[in-house]
Amino acid sequence: MSRTFLGLPRRLSRPDDDAPPAAAGAGEPPESPFGPVPHPQTPLRWGDAFPVAARQTLQNAQLRRNLGHATQVIRAKRAAVVGEVPDWEALRDAGSALKERVMAELPELLQQLEENVTARGGVVHWARDAAEANRIVTEIARAKGADEVVKVKSMATQEIGLNEHLAAEGIAAVETDLAELIVQLADDMPSHILVPAIHRNRTEIRDIFLARMGDAPPDLSDVPRELAMAARAHLRRKFLSAKVAVSGANFGVASTGTLAVVESEGNGRMCLTLPETLVTVMGIEKLVPDFEDLEVFLQLLPRSSTGERMNPYTSLWTGVTPGDGPSEFHLVLLDNGRTDVLADEVGRAALHCIRCSACLNVCPVYERVGGHAYGSVYPGPIGAILTPQLTASTGGVSGHDDVNAALPYASTLCGACYDVCPVKIDIPSILVDLRAREVDADRSRGGVDPWAAAMKAASWLMSDGGRFGRAGRAATLAHGLGGRDGVISAAPPPVSAWTRSRDLPAPPRQTFRQWWAKEHESPADAGGER
Amino acid sequence: MRIALAATCIADTMFPGAPRATVRLLERLGHEVVFPPGQACCGQMHVNTGYFAEAVPVVRNHVETFAPVADGEWDAVVIPSGSCTGSVRHQQAMVCRRAGLDGLAATAEAVAAKTYELSELLVDVLGVTDVGAWFPHRVTYHPTCHSLRMLRVGDRPLRLLRAVEDIDLVELPAAESCCGFGGTFALKNADTSAAMLADKTAHVRSTGAAVVTAGDMSCLMHIGGGLSRQRAGVGTLHLAEILASTREEPTALPATRADRTGVSR
Repeated sequence: MSRTFLGLPRRLSRPDDDAPPAAAGAGEPPESPFGPVPHPQTPLRWGDAFPVAARQTLQNAQLRRNLGHATQVIRAKRAAVVGEVPDWEALRDAGSALKERVMAELPELLQQLEENVTARGGVVHWARDAAEANRIVTEIARAKGADEVVKVKSMATQEIGLNEHLAAEGIAAVETDLAELIVQLADDMPSHILVPAIHRNRTEIRDIFLARMGDAPPDLSDVPRELAMAARAHLRRKFLSAKVAVSGANFGVASTGTLAVVESEGNGRMCLTLPETLVTVMGIEKLVPDFEDLEVFLQLLPRSSTGERMNPYTSLWTGVTPGDGPSEFHLVLLDNGRTDVLADEVGRAALHCIRCSACLNVCPVYERVGGHAYGSVYPGPIGAILTPQLTASTGGVSGHDDVNAALPYASTLCGACYDVCPVKIDIPSILVDLRAREVDADRSRGGVDPWAAAMKAASWLMSDGGRFGRAGRAATLAHGLGGRDGVISAAPPPVSAWTRSRDLPAPPRQTFRQWWAKEHESPADAGGER
Repeated sequence: MRIALAATCIADTMFPGAPRATVRLLERLGHEVVFPPGQACCGQMHVNTGYFAEAVPVVRNHVETFAPVADGEWDAVVIPSGSCTGSVRHQQAMVCRRAGLDGLAATAEAVAAKTYELSELLVDVLGVTDVGAWFPHRVTYHPTCHSLRMLRVGDRPLRLLRAVEDIDLVELPAAESCCGFGGTFALKNADTSAAMLADKTAHVRSTGAAVVTAGDMSCLMHIGGGLSRQRAGVGTLHLAEILASTREEPTALPATRADRTGVSR
């Protein structure tokens, strides 16, 4: 469960395409129990708009069982280890303050990082967007004559669709994180930031390994240890043969030029130390000013993400060290929409995210619909505020017809995400703010929007006690609609969206203010409904 | 104390039992309740759906209606709703400021400073947990999201309920999980909302309670709507309706679709 990357390979890029079929009759991939996951046009925007995509994933009973179980387990684990830290709230405050400082000083800190990485023998590249970043990585791999690279799980490379790009250039990217490998072998899409195969159970994983891994033992069971051992043996060959590794970074220390990758399986350590060349793609927001700032985040991150007290494998490196690890190190600093987000006073807090995924695990919406419904490599509450901002320049927020415009509405604003966020991102408030931008953008479009018309009418009605009182009194005339049961069970659109699954009470015989006027006001001052 | 009641738009027109019980309860405790007739709505629905401009007149009406509390005409404003209180406290001034109405924002903050959700008013301001209520039924309590995480009412509602004579209060499994209402979310994402509701009603039914109670009529409308559709035979009552119940004047169990035979409300 390293926490940096996921893969979006298509069939074309599968690492073992040249491997013999695992067993007779297994040449065809297993039918996905979830049906086909649409592959993205871009990793930040794929499939249908959230309400439609959610309707589809909700119908998948297996998915809901897998997710319900997994999120409850990880939630309880997190709550237990967070509960034992006496200064947890102070740590959150410190993490939040550090991130605010980083955003305020980002240009200076980035230059500092570049200077220090360069001084220690690394090469720094600046990528404005996904295309530039992909081109840079491809050129490095090609210069090394590599037709295969090993990868540490990384959200940044997921976000730019690096694996697909490399595949198109004839370079196979091999995911080495166990869950990422499962997703890659299944030609699936990740559904979680940290545990990308959270939607799969172990029986499904066994089936995927048997059909797709190529060198899985034919008698493989679905015991987790056996599954892990099969993956371990499979990956070992890759680690030993790869000349180039690609990683993301959890943190970059500006004052020293040190990069950090935080992972759980040791696959990251292999990738970061064995190949001759290391290429790290890092979002520009991942900086911390000083080395000691890692102290805060290395406490916050493992407890929030995997529910562990301490992270198992924390790799730190600074430039290159002759005779120790890669002899060539490239750092690709990725913007891809981030400076636009940074310019936004409210939305920029989304850049504070350290990709722990605690908000996904507690989200009651994510728990039901899963990650694929969000149509982005960043699902869940953080995805609902980050994705549409990153894609704002190409639709997203303020683009009504863009599927990502539905993401800020994919929440009940229950606030569970804000409560668990280790850097205190006020996700509910940002969601509301993004909704307001959608609405304001729609104002200039003209045409008739039923929601806008209804909201306008409601505003008129609800901004005056007299008008509202009269409307309420008029509604009581519909008391009889409830019939014998006193409820309305079927209604025309848009109320049908409610009555499809819930009854609606018929209006009462008497509103509260009618009762009040009768009970509490003398005839002289009874003016409640003027 | 002289307490102004903000009945909430939804309870005023759809669930008058909740504000009526609030009045009954506070009067029984010896306080004077005032209902400023200019009130309509706090603006939460407009704000949460992103219609800030349309929210402004609604917020203005609420703030101006309750502004006398800032001048001491009333001692407090009570709202029998966690989410409306949350909107008053955390959204109204923001919406005013965004519209360039700094003066109105300042008034909104002054009003918000004296505005309390019912359980806050009872426990923190009036200093009571035993309100002398009697309700001899099995009840489970759903802590609504905004009461829980926006207002941090904590266990105040439970302390009030535990003090009710003869109540059989049973714990709701996964109580802190959202019921799936979310205002317009219930319409814009109806399928997801229904899936969340299905789990909530299953948990409610597992308690064997006759009544599920909460501090928000909107969430109760959602949970109750699901229970009614399932003919679960479990009714909904606002926290105030249980706290208002006494031996002399007991709150009746709500009629449910499973047993309703033309009962009027």
